[in-house]
Amino acid sequence: MSANHDDRHHSPDPHGRALRLGVGGPVGSGKTALVAALCRTLGPVLRLGVVTNDIYTTEDADFLRRAGVLDPERIVAVQTGCCPHTAIRDDIAANIDAVETLEERFGPLDLVIVESGGDNLTATFSRGLADQQIFVLDVSGGDKVPRKGGPGVTSADLLVINKTDLAKHVGADLTVMSRDAAAVRDGKPVLFTSIREVPEVYSVAEWVHGVVQSWAHTQAHHPHGPVVPTANA
Amino acid sequence: MDAALLLLADSRLPAGGHAHSGGAEQAVRAGAITGTEDLARFLRGRLATTGLVTAALSAAACHLAVLLGSHGEDGGRPWTEPSAAAAAESETDARAAWRELDAEADARTASPAQRYAARTQGRLLLRSGRRIWPSPVLDTLAQAVPDGVHHPIALGAVAAAAGCSRHDAAMAAAYTSITGPATAAVRLLGLDPVVVHRVLAGLVPDLSGVARTATAAASGTVEAGVAARGTAAEAVLRIAWEELPAHAAPALDLLAEQHLRTEVRLFVS
Ligand SMILES: Nc1nc2c(ncn2[C@@H]2O[C@H](COP(=O)(O)OP(=O)(O)O)[C@@H](O)[C@H]2O)c(=O)[nH]1
Ligand SMILES: [Mg+2]
Repeated sequence: MSANHDDRHHSPDPHGRALRLGVGGPVGSGKTALVAALCRTLGPVLRLGVVTNDIYTTEDADFLRRAGVLDPERIVAVQTGCCPHTAIRDDIAANIDAVETLEERFGPLDLVIVESGGDNLTATFSRGLADQQIFVLDVSGGDKVPRKGGPGVTSADLLVINKTDLAKHVGADLTVMSRDAAAVRDGKPVLFTSIREVPEVYSVAEWVHGVVQSWAHTQAHHPHGPVVPTANA
Repeated sequence: MDAALLLLADSRLPAGGHAHSGGAEQAVRAGAITGTEDLARFLRGRLATTGLVTAALSAAACHLAVLLGSHGEDGGRPWTEPSAAAAAESETDARAAWRELDAEADARTASPAQRYAARTQGRLLLRSGRRIWPSPVLDTLAQAVPDGVHHPIALGAVAAAAGCSRHDAAMAAAYTSITGPATAAVRLLGLDPVVVHRVLAGLVPDLSGVARTATAAASGTVEAGVAARGTAAEAVLRIAWEELPAHAAPALDLLAEQHLRTEVRLFVS
């Protein structure tokens, strides 16, 4: 380890850094709505930062800034050059840069949320970027989606199935979705939400709060952090 | 050629390059690139200007990194001294040398939008490069220019850390100066990727020429500086970097400025 404290390129020591939470899922499923809801509900208890990966514009970042759920400066937008998926999985450099910039500017933080630009069912976050990830589906895509699986549905730490208020309009059977999701997820949690009806999304907020606490606990009890290569290793 | 060059020049290198179009996105929007023929002209122009300049800066940075990196090795270098004070002094000199070279890159980049893009890319490349090829020279560079060094400087330094030659560094810079925009045009216009690769293949002689010219220019500049002065530590601070190529591409500068002011865009640059 180097002792150069002025070195802003140095990857923060895993000891004590914020939990990085990826929020992925298809376009329109409610990722930005969920991020806004989490900021609203957890903002008073956790020190937060948000990175958005907009596809064309800074739409999501602007929406979140306008929503007034978080200090606008704590919301950073990353451009992904036609490849939202690449930016969260294969070449995470710009996202890491954004996360570290937030931590340097506003740190210490408890939680940095990275919203993906939205992609297909195979889009997951690299473990080099996200410590935990939520995959957001909505019921309007039909109740077959969980059965189709894909890495997002099967491997995300939490699967959120949003827009339950629309289920009756699209003929989606939530029991089928719940059963199919459980079958491919090997016991990992699934939560049903209607951000429209319950804008505080208490259930998801509680899950996120839990993982932030256990992250902080792990870090405190492993003072040298997990064995990951750092910039000066 | 060192095999590490393949890793360095690969578009899969996780260093943020995929989000940059090198002006291609704005050129497409402006109607300057509509198909493969326009694209070929755009790439040829880019290679002869920005491509050559960045290749020379990259070769120069590689050279500088090797000179600074030999500090402390058994080479009987004049500035290899054991005392802590001397080490600190040479570290200060090294940082100053990097800042000078970075300022040369700034001087060759008229558009603030391009400076921003080049520094962003350089910062990401250096961050990834330091984890892939850890080296004290890269640490010094990061500390010298903490907000992000120009991309070709980062590329040359990382090339040195990876064991590449100056010529490799120049080649990597020249190559990425055209492959980035070419890939972006494939994505933006739905061009036939095979035809675009044929265009790139047609530019191979130009690529080789640019890399050769750039390497010769960088080597001449550095060697003249090092030969003329007393100790090498002083010499690196007095290299006449201004003699490096400085071809300008005003159209690219304008495209970059327009791009930054466009609301709907997929690429950072
Ligand atoms: N009916 C309904 N609409 C929702 C719900 N959650 C989000 N939306 C709407 O779905 C649209 C897309 O949401 P957004 O968060 O932008 O999706 P993203 O592309 O995944 O970020 C917006 O118009 C939201 O207002 C919900 O629970 N029910
Ligand atoms: Mg969104």
